[in-house]
Amino acid sequence: MAELDTSGGDKKGGKVRSKKQSTKVDLTAMVDLAFLLITFFMLTTTLAKPQAMDMFMPDKNDKNEELDVKASRTMTVLLGSDNKIVWYMGVIGDNPPTVDNFGKNGIRKSLVENNKQVIANTGNPEKGLMVIIKPTDKSVYKNFVDILDEIKIANVPSYGINNKVENAEIGLMKDQGAFKE
Amino acid sequence: MPKVKIKRKSTSTDMTAMCDVAFLLLTFFILTATARQPEALAVEIPSSTVTFKLPDTDISTLTVGEDKVFFGVVGQDVRINTLDRIGKQYNITFTDQEKKRFALIDNFGVPIASLKQFIAMDNSERMKLTQPGIPCDSGENNQLKQWILQARYANKELHNVELRFSIKGDSKEEYPTIRRVIDILQDQEINKFSLITSLEGVN
Repeated sequence: MAELDTSGGDKKGGKVRSKKQSTKVDLTAMVDLAFLLITFFMLTTTLAKPQAMDMFMPDKNDKNEELDVKASRTMTVLLGSDNKIVWYMGVIGDNPPTVDNFGKNGIRKSLVENNKQVIANTGNPEKGLMVIIKPTDKSVYKNFVDILDEIKIANVPSYGINNKVENAEIGLMKDQGAFKE
Repeated sequence: MPKVKIKRKSTSTDMTAMCDVAFLLLTFFILTATARQPEALAVEIPSSTVTFKLPDTDISTLTVGEDKVFFGVVGQDVRINTLDRIGKQYNITFTDQEKKRFALIDNFGVPIASLKQFIAMDNSERMKLTQPGIPCDSGENNQLKQWILQARYANKELHNVELRFSIKGDSKEEYPTIRRVIDILQDQEINKFSLITSLEGVN
């Protein structure tokens, strides 16, 4: 594509004229390359910023830890091994536990339904479900992040993280095959 | 009737201006981009749908993976001040040269006893070294606690802003390690922190 002016010259006799060369250079390839690099740098600079999600823990030193929440409003979620979840409503033993998995039709559905149920029972949209997350030693960090995520997706109004897993709960999980030593 | 001649227009356009603009932008992006440092501990972060962008300043990252914890704080001035304070705490004096070198380290996971040696290494040596992580067992030798505490003091003194903490954990990391880190943070009454995740669509 580079255009070279080849006219002129080649005349019989007369003076020998130096060829006039065009100064135009084809820039297509250069522009292509430049834009490619621009795209690359633009994407890498904006995407490199780390993303994060916030989480809150209850204050350890706060002695009034006992929240005034009716047991019927609480849902205890136990994170077990092999990405398994066991949850029950209210106090342990009151309601049969359910084994769930992560995903659209798993815990998310349960959270949404339980939340609806609780709101229907209390008749106050502000008094929705209270989820208590109890990650066991066998759960992995991903489970923890996932459950926080699901809670936010399901619009559950309140949640708490409790690191004290009771023996009865471990037993419950073992019965359901969600806790492997 | 004379034939109507269609003028053939040249397809070549003058690209000088476009080229100028393109390279101007390119230069800008290259200069503003910061080269990403290779991470001392490679972790595979979990994904979540709810995310926001972390701020660039006044933030400290605790990388957790393979049962090890690595510490890093943003800002060279904060790093130097933190090192000063840690030195005082453990009766180690660091030279100005060492402080300068330390200011360039993004994150690290060595006990304080071998910190001097670690600072003296150059980048390629550091990459080869498998760092043992910062000791964070409960008890006297909880160095991570000191690092967190001193970094908070340093940031407060220099920028007058509370230092934020973020946890960058490996997906496969077992929960007890994470709990230990959260406990250390909570002992200092840090109840709000961020978990570094990658963005994922709702499925």
